[in-house]
Amino acid sequence: MSDVFVLNEKAYKRKKVISNIITYAFLSLVAISVLIPFYWMILTSFKTWTQIEAIPPILYLAPSKWNLSNYTDLFLTTSAGQPLFPFFTYLKNTVLISLLTTTGTIITTILSAFAFARLNFKGRDTVFAILLATMMVPGEIFILTNFLTINKFGWYSIYDQTYSDAILAMTIPFMVSVFYIFYLRQTFKQIPNELYYAAKVDGTSDFKYLLKVMIPVAMPTIVTIIILNAMGAWSAYIWPAMVTAEDKYRLVSNGLRGAFTDTSTGRTDYGQQMAAAVLVTMPLLIVFFTFRKQIMRGVSRSGIKG
Amino acid sequence: METRNNWKAWLYLAPLLILMGIWIFYPLINAFIISVYENYLPLANNGAGQATGYTLQNFVRILNDQLFWKALGNTFVIALISVPVSIILALVISVALKSIPKLTGFFQTVFFLPYVTNAIAIGMAFAFMFHQNYGLFNYILSWFGLDPVNWIGGTSSWWAQMSALLIFTVWSGLAFKILVFTSGLQNIDKQYYDAAKIDSASKWTVFRRITVPLLSPLILYISITSMIGALKAYNSVIGLFGEELGAQPYSMITIVAFVYKFRSSYTDVGYISYAAAAAIILFVITVIFSLIQGAVSRKRVHY
Repeated sequence: MSDVFVLNEKAYKRKKVISNIITYAFLSLVAISVLIPFYWMILTSFKTWTQIEAIPPILYLAPSKWNLSNYTDLFLTTSAGQPLFPFFTYLKNTVLISLLTTTGTIITTILSAFAFARLNFKGRDTVFAILLATMMVPGEIFILTNFLTINKFGWYSIYDQTYSDAILAMTIPFMVSVFYIFYLRQTFKQIPNELYYAAKVDGTSDFKYLLKVMIPVAMPTIVTIIILNAMGAWSAYIWPAMVTAEDKYRLVSNGLRGAFTDTSTGRTDYGQQMAAAVLVTMPLLIVFFTFRKQIMRGVSRSGIKG
Repeated sequence: METRNNWKAWLYLAPLLILMGIWIFYPLINAFIISVYENYLPLANNGAGQATGYTLQNFVRILNDQLFWKALGNTFVIALISVPVSIILALVISVALKSIPKLTGFFQTVFFLPYVTNAIAIGMAFAFMFHQNYGLFNYILSWFGLDPVNWIGGTSSWWAQMSALLIFTVWSGLAFKILVFTSGLQNIDKQYYDAAKIDSASKWTVFRRITVPLLSPLILYISITSMIGALKAYNSVIGLFGEELGAQPYSMITIVAFVYKFRSSYTDVGYISYAAAAAIILFVITVIFSLIQGAVSRKRVHY
């Protein structure tokens, strides 16, 4: 009797080991598929023309053989006084836009999440429902009119757009996020009412209560919102291209496509293209690995779709 | 005390409402108005705009536009294939992730990487991987004795381009779904699985009878958001194909790309009305898809 039991136990364990091996193999395969495009992008950026065109493709290059010319070309090859890929100009613009929109967004988000979570007023639920409904509307609908509004405000002109006009056009329309309001409101709501009433008895004003109690308590959520929002500027593509009259006002995504084609031969310089892609991807990955926990927790809790 | 809060609350909401009024509510209403303008010239009269009247012709013209139907077809194919495929894959991966004792955090981080990348940068990397002669995909195919495919080259077929686009779309969409599903799985009460173990239920039965039903609210949420996302596909096309929107011009055009095609046509009579009408059609399609999914869920989702 006990022999049978031991046998079963063994069989069960063996089965478990085999299924674990299969699972690990499967997950490793997925992990490799996820990593390959990054690897290939980085590897290609260090290859010379001949190495890029090698058949079969070269799968590995020892670091000592890395060729940096694709990167140096991006900065040193100039056309009309501009580098081939003015990465640092784009980076500066992107960081600036990121800072400004994030500051604006976090202010409007905190203030309105507070009103929706803590204050009682007529029409609160109706207004909140209307806000949520706007999330269903594709942004493309707004863009057509928003471009006209930018024109009316004098922030866009083909001939004499200033840097600050371009910055205004790229930031002011993006200082609102219903999703973050929804997310922060949830966090605010978890703060016990008793704290609020106690503060009221002590004569603390609403605003002081928000500053001294709610914001510190909700800090992890706010930090997550800040990081996710700041990363958003990296993907902005169409709007910056529409509202800027000059290349030097644009953001990292805009410089990526179209360039890197050899004008005399018409062929794409994949090495340079990948070097630029690496430059654009790296800051994002650095931010990700620095704030990995906050980002992953924030995305999984709020369900923010990129 | 509560009534005194009234005007104060609006004060807290003021920055939000002003900004939303200018950049969301007004343009939303205006899009509907623009879409029915006749001969609309948005920048005429010093930016006040001018039109000769109202008409439904913009919608009629769109419905007679071959390119629009192409955009619609491409968008539907992207949405109807990439969404179910990536949801099923993400589910399987998440369940696998949950069943292993070690390295969960490592795999989770790796799987999340595509979420934090720039769609255009990584799209370009994919474009190069799909290169007919020097690309990695064809090289891998050759290991299995398969002939190289002309994925995205100048003479590539529609299906080859679409497959490349779908592979890229699924690859980028998995990250978010895996993360949401794994955190959903953590919240499933362990006793269900223990009960299944006692009944010695097979893995497939457990997956079908426990995991999927208990995750169904999340699966619904993810399928609605990814469907909306897929209907708005654009950056992935730009990343993979550039501004040409395909290996042949416009061969991979999507509805959003169709709308944006007119973005530099503000000085041409009627074009912006045309774009607005297309954007409204996209909006309506999005709403219809969400309603269908909502209706299906009422029957299938276990809350």
